[in-house]
Amino acid sequence: MDKQIKDKIQKLIDSSPVMVFMKGTKLMPQCGFSNNVVQILNSLGIEFSTYDVLSDFEIREGIKQYSNWPTIPQVYLKGEFLGGSDILIEMYNSGELKEKIEIELAS
Amino acid sequence: MVTKSEVIKLITNNIPNSEVLVETFNGNDHLQVTVISSEFNGLSLVKQHQLVYSALKAELASEAIHALALKTQTPN
Repeated sequence: MDKQIKDKIQKLIDSSPVMVFMKGTKLMPQCGFSNNVVQILNSLGIEFSTYDVLSDFEIREGIKQYSNWPTIPQVYLKGEFLGGSDILIEMYNSGELKEKIEIELAS
Repeated sequence: MVTKSEVIKLITNNIPNSEVLVETFNGNDHLQVTVISSEFNGLSLVKQHQLVYSALKAELASEAIHALALKTQTPN
């Protein structure tokens, strides 16, 4: 992957403890999967930042290589890739998501 | 577009001992896939999903599969 794009992605991931790469914005998600993630994080009352991959094709493709994950949305917690929509839903339903995020944000 | 049986074949060929269930929603390029395999034992959910994604890499890249909702489990 192009180093410039990788650095840009790294900077975005490091810019917020909970960073979501998604299609659209928090207020106007452009895809059902991205919307799921926004709704879950909102319902847990977690502060998070988002980046709209539809606004930048290089980031949209680059983030897939970065995490070896072919789909959007992608959620990063303290720099670590946490999962996409399916994993977030599963962790949310089991209660693991809230616990994990709270522990990470407190440390 | 890929058929359900092609998806099942791709996954079972790449992940040994797997049982695959495929359903479609919103048309045929939106898939709901469940994979149960002993290969997932001890792996994080991210790693489990990465195994399935890598089996379907070409189909996801070409958007033959446009959307994929995935669930992975270990047998018990």
